[in-house]
Amino acid sequence: MSLNQSGWRPEMGSGNDGAAVDTFTGNRALMLEESLIFEIGSNDVTGVDFPEGDVVGSRLGDLSRTSPIGLPGLTEPETVRHYTRLSRQNYAIDLGLFPLGSCTMKHNPRLNERVARLPGFADIHPLQPVDSVQGALGLIHELADWLVKLTGMNSVAMSPKAGAHGELCGILAIRAALEARGDARQVVLVPESAHGTNPATAAFAGYKVEAIPATKEGRVDLEKIRERLGPDVASVMITNPNTCGLFERDMKAISDAVHEAGAFVYCDGANFNAIVGRVRPGDLGVDAMHINLHKTFSTPHGGGGPGSGPVVFSEALTPFAPLPFVEKRDDGFHLVEEETADEHHAHSFGRMVAFHGQMGMFTRALSYIMSHGADGLRQVAEDAVLNANYILRSLDDVLHAPFGKGPCMHEALFGDAGIAEGLSTLDIAKALIDEGFHPMTMYFPLVVHGAMLIEPTETESRADLDQFIGAVRSVVERAKAGDERLKGAPYYAPRRRLDETQAARKPVLVWNEPEPAAAAE
Amino acid sequence: MRYLPLTNDDRQAMLAKVGASTIDDLFVDVPEIARLNGTIPDLPMHASEMAVERHLSKLAARNLTAGDGPFFLGCGAYKHHVPASVDHIIQRGEFLTAYTPYQPEIAQGTLQMLFEFQTQVARLFGTEVANASMYDGSTACWEAVVMAGRVTRRKRAILSSGLHPHYVSVANTMAKFTGDTLVTGTPALTAEPDTDALIEQIDDDTSCLVVQYPDILGRIGDMTKLAEAAHAKKALLIAVVTEPVALGAIKSPGEMGADIVVGEGQSLGVGLQFGGPYVGLFGCSQKLVRQMPGRLAGETVDAEGKRGYVLTLSTREQHIRREKATSNICTNSGLCALAFSIHMTLLGEAGLRRMAALSHAMACRTADALTNIPGVELVNDHFFNEFTVKLPGEARPVVRALADKGILAGVSLGRLYPAEGALANGLVVAASEMTTQEDITALAQGLKEVLA
Repeated sequence: MSLNQSGWRPEMGSGNDGAAVDTFTGNRALMLEESLIFEIGSNDVTGVDFPEGDVVGSRLGDLSRTSPIGLPGLTEPETVRHYTRLSRQNYAIDLGLFPLGSCTMKHNPRLNERVARLPGFADIHPLQPVDSVQGALGLIHELADWLVKLTGMNSVAMSPKAGAHGELCGILAIRAALEARGDARQVVLVPESAHGTNPATAAFAGYKVEAIPATKEGRVDLEKIRERLGPDVASVMITNPNTCGLFERDMKAISDAVHEAGAFVYCDGANFNAIVGRVRPGDLGVDAMHINLHKTFSTPHGGGGPGSGPVVFSEALTPFAPLPFVEKRDDGFHLVEEETADEHHAHSFGRMVAFHGQMGMFTRALSYIMSHGADGLRQVAEDAVLNANYILRSLDDVLHAPFGKGPCMHEALFGDAGIAEGLSTLDIAKALIDEGFHPMTMYFPLVVHGAMLIEPTETESRADLDQFIGAVRSVVERAKAGDERLKGAPYYAPRRRLDETQAARKPVLVWNEPEPAAAAE
Repeated sequence: MRYLPLTNDDRQAMLAKVGASTIDDLFVDVPEIARLNGTIPDLPMHASEMAVERHLSKLAARNLTAGDGPFFLGCGAYKHHVPASVDHIIQRGEFLTAYTPYQPEIAQGTLQMLFEFQTQVARLFGTEVANASMYDGSTACWEAVVMAGRVTRRKRAILSSGLHPHYVSVANTMAKFTGDTLVTGTPALTAEPDTDALIEQIDDDTSCLVVQYPDILGRIGDMTKLAEAAHAKKALLIAVVTEPVALGAIKSPGEMGADIVVGEGQSLGVGLQFGGPYVGLFGCSQKLVRQMPGRLAGETVDAEGKRGYVLTLSTREQHIRREKATSNICTNSGLCALAFSIHMTLLGEAGLRRMAALSHAMACRTADALTNIPGVELVNDHFFNEFTVKLPGEARPVVRALADKGILAGVSLGRLYPAEGALANGLVVAASEMTTQEDITALAQGLKEVLA
């Protein structure tokens, strides 16, 4: 039995709809309230049967645990029900469009899940003798080969655990390359429209961060970069296509200028999905770029990770790439680690993670890449860009498109101009929830007021796009007309707007037993 | 092209709508020099589900798996039984294919799960709070060192010689760039970790002491004295737990005074997966929470007063603070955290304790069987599910020879410390509730044969 611990009861119907009724449980048909495991479980219940009988022997010294831990258990049926109920309070790509510009997700093919679970990949230990894991090393090598060829680069580091970790990998390689030639530089230039991870990464790697302004058309200002470049600049971090959904036309000129100044070009490859198969960053002079496997190559995002952020390198940076990596030799695949790194790898900047990276994501990404092949991946980019332009041109009469009618790349950017006084981008986003959609990215990039960044991906049908467009139009028209009810949205989600200020002011980050007085009520 | 819903008719109609005559018109901003007119050479074309599965199955078949025979590897990744329902639940599309919970009204499933996960981790570690997970144990460990630097405003960290050498390696890599000074060492094959030597190294510039528990050789040292000594110098004690199941049998680091406890959560729910994705665990005291890296789920109420959860304290994070953030971390390891949490919920305290007791018992039996072999010496006085033996010769070829017999015998210290001749004979052996008497007999028999 599960009590309604939140204490909430639906309000009585107002009388004129006749539909809303109070319920004993707080549930509303399929929308089920679910308590915390700490409220429904018990420390002596377990859902796992172990062999019975006495356990002999103790070599724990005097450190045996004596105090209770406080970990409630549930039986298997209760466990399955608890998490199934929770799952139904989530939006997901399996349910509909996830138009989160610059973050988004495409459909996650289930073949990926099946192959990742083959025991030959899922049930092998990272420190097994390399002779016993030749298939796994072969898989990493094969995926690496695809990534190098798709990007037109020289090599790839597979170990970074996520996009931001990949950024760090790239910037550390750049710093190692500069230091190797005795050239300490202090500054990294980052466009104003960049993801927040870019400046955070550069700062984490010990650099001072300076912003580069954008032009009126939403691109990096080449002249401003040229003016600022000098012997103190280590790298310029460029997102291409950028977070305004635009291709950086001057990319090659930027790279040339950066190289001439003795610096390196870091490309944030979060939006590689827009150009895969049609453009190779290597042809544009990029020195390092991370690839978010979830975004371009369909690995699941799982409610916030795990990610995987391989980094491709130019020839100039290859010697500085991190350990470990896989190398194919005549007698099979080798894992180059600290001990096996010979003179060819003497400049490696070192190890970033305990083992070899996100193997479970590699299998999924390779499964996706092979499914599409060189021809399919090109089509992926084309459909993603077509879908985004379709959204841009279907909405630019109701929403302000700050950078014109396009073409855009993978995402369409709008501002909040024309929205009635007192209403905001946030209200539009929350109203979209009631329409059954996950909202777009809000208030990012920072260069556009009240930004709404919509990225549909290629895995949406035209009918789904049309329905989304219709919903956005309807909500925007209400916002322009000053419909105050938008401020209360969402009305139909499992929760109404949540009080984030209260959460931050007095953070409650773990569950605590309620005070006895409250419990007795 | 089974993943692409647009038909050619759709494409034509949509191109017309956007005022383009061909798809190339939408790529006009790409400089000519970088335009590819056809598919990239040297790469295969699309393949059917059947063909892809066949190819990957062949690769998978070329690996010796942990389930294929006796298996005794540990050193930061452990084989435990994961109940079937864990994998069933994490494959529900609403968990698997959800994005980061940026819109809490339609992400309560993920957020409540993370809140439960944080509570479970905090209780297991004996800390007041925990975050919503990190990439893995090694990166969590480095983030803890950086956090200790922020808290103490000092830049000298002492890493115990019992810390996993890959974790040390990660810290060394990062410290080169951040300007932190790291004091590191190589473990000696002694029965107990050298607590006194560690204490002597703490000085007034020390930000933290980083101690693995149980350590890389499987030894379990009382951390109470370390905590007292660190605190006397206003430094922090960071405990690193690579085998969380151990905390079902031994005292938590928090109980012994650790200020920050980090770990690798792979043992519960996640599986071996050749090293990743795993899940970094991160707990600390309430007063340090604003210096903590990574995402945090917190409790609040909605507009109707209903309890709900949101991502909170994001003013520490990169998307708000940019270059002033506590870390550049953006992703956590959400799905692995879910797997950990489901497994922990199925176990409950009673199950976790039983699993820990069985793992320990099987390790004791394995140790007894191995030390019966002439020339094989047990290093540890105390251990949980993992211990070190000294072989009469180098362990590395022995491990390879046993793998050829289908026995994955353990991790040779030669693999982990290639430059340290004094450790070359060391073999770290791990057991779990999945270890059988037949496995132990096969290992002992195999080792005897190889050594003979």
